Amino acid sequence: MADISVVLPSILQPLAGGQSILTTPADGAVTVGILLDSLAGDYPVLARRLRDETGALRRYVNIYVNGDEVRRLRGLETEVAAGQEVVIIQSVAGG
Amino acid sequence: MGCMATEESYVLAIGTKKGLWLATSHDRQAWSMSGPHFLMSEVPSIGIDTRNGRTRIMVGVRSEHWGPTVAHSDDLGATWTEPEQGAIKFPEGTDAAVERIWQIYPDAEDRPGVVWAGAEPISVWKSTDGGEHFELNRGLWDHPHRSEWGAGYGGAAAHSIVVNPSGENVHVAMSTGGVYRSLDGGTSWEPRNRGISAYFMPDPNPEFGQCVHKIAADAAVEGRLYAQNHHGVYRTDDNGETWESIAEGLPADFGFVMLTHPRRAGTAWVVPLKADGERIPPDAKLAVHRTDDAGKTWKRLDSGLPQGEYNAVLRDAASVDSAEPAGVYFGTRGGSVYASPDEGEHFTEVASHLPDVLCVRAAVVSAALVPGAPVPA
Repeated sequence: MADISVVLPSILQPLAGGQSILTTPADGAVTVGILLDSLAGDYPVLARRLRDETGALRRYVNIYVNGDEVRRLRGLETEVAAGQEVVIIQSVAGG
Repeated sequence: MGCMATEESYVLAIGTKKGLWLATSHDRQAWSMSGPHFLMSEVPSIGIDTRNGRTRIMVGVRSEHWGPTVAHSDDLGATWTEPEQGAIKFPEGTDAAVERIWQIYPDAEDRPGVVWAGAEPISVWKSTDGGEHFELNRGLWDHPHRSEWGAGYGGAAAHSIVVNPSGENVHVAMSTGGVYRSLDGGTSWEPRNRGISAYFMPDPNPEFGQCVHKIAADAAVEGRLYAQNHHGVYRTDDNGETWESIAEGLPADFGFVMLTHPRRAGTAWVVPLKADGERIPPDAKLAVHRTDDAGKTWKRLDSGLPQGEYNAVLRDAASVDSAEPAGVYFGTRGGSVYASPDEGEHFTEVASHLPDVLCVRAAVVSAALVPGAPVPA
């Protein structure tokens, strides 16, 4: 069984107890949505920063699975295989 | 030089496009600033709740990236707390998500713990636990008019909430939609806009759809409210049944601000802007205008204010405190903040070069909470 790693931007790390990488054990593929659901149990404020209360990914939050932004894949239905890395990055926005 | 011992001090919370600043003062003339708190998040709403023997500052915070949330501090900003599950979120089945908290309104002294909020999308919320968790007002959310309410330039929001002393009459104002009134504490709602112009619509006198920018209740006359409209300044003396213009005597009838006195009947303040299409102070001369006779006459107040000002003052970027005489505060989109300790007669600059000021709120607090109290002579 290999872990899935979720890499957080520095600005969100205080909401995960200061961790930069969260790991979750996986014995098969899970979707990004399920992965975020599991984060919400341990880090509810962090989870609210990423998705709104309808479950939608916030517009300027980008999530990459093995280097591909999930909106170009299957969104929150994108599957993450055991051993893969998920990277969360805020998009370039604002002024 | 001797100093009077003072038991009261003042806190001024300044919400901007890029964070929150807190200013404290013992005399409302010299201010100490802390901040920014929530740097790079906008703070469009603030409520300062001095009930329950504590001073709680509640803020609506919104990050472009990470969304909106409500946080509160019981120690003048030294620490902030955010409910884990979020203080304001749409319940399942509404298929809606909070975009921005526009208003946080602590209710009356004898209803401690009750705090109202207004949000975008257009919605009203009520907390009974001091602003830690809010419930959606279903009567307004399920109102048959909701699909016809529109977005003003800044977004579609309920931005004003006014509750009468008994708690039965609640008025909200929304842009756009106008004024809605409840006579049953917020259970059911009806539009109350008769007399308020919506010149930008095919029928300029619709039942609803007005762009009312801000409403405020008279301090002492039950059923009397004031409104700053998208062009037009109005008063109602019959709980919103009819509105009449009180714009005569003002240099312009456009603006966003409407403030009322904490105790005295008939006193209100506005900050006129020239026009919808020219959102600067008339002749670029920044001035507050006060009425002491419920809008029959207005007095121009500009002592201490800059001349040559090209920035607007937004609807919640102005506040009064509860002291005697009342303090008046406002900030501009150019990041300047002004305070008057004498109901607007004289202003001093509290801050300048801040990001756009979106919201200011002021309160009288115990001097013990504020460092640097004057030492008795």
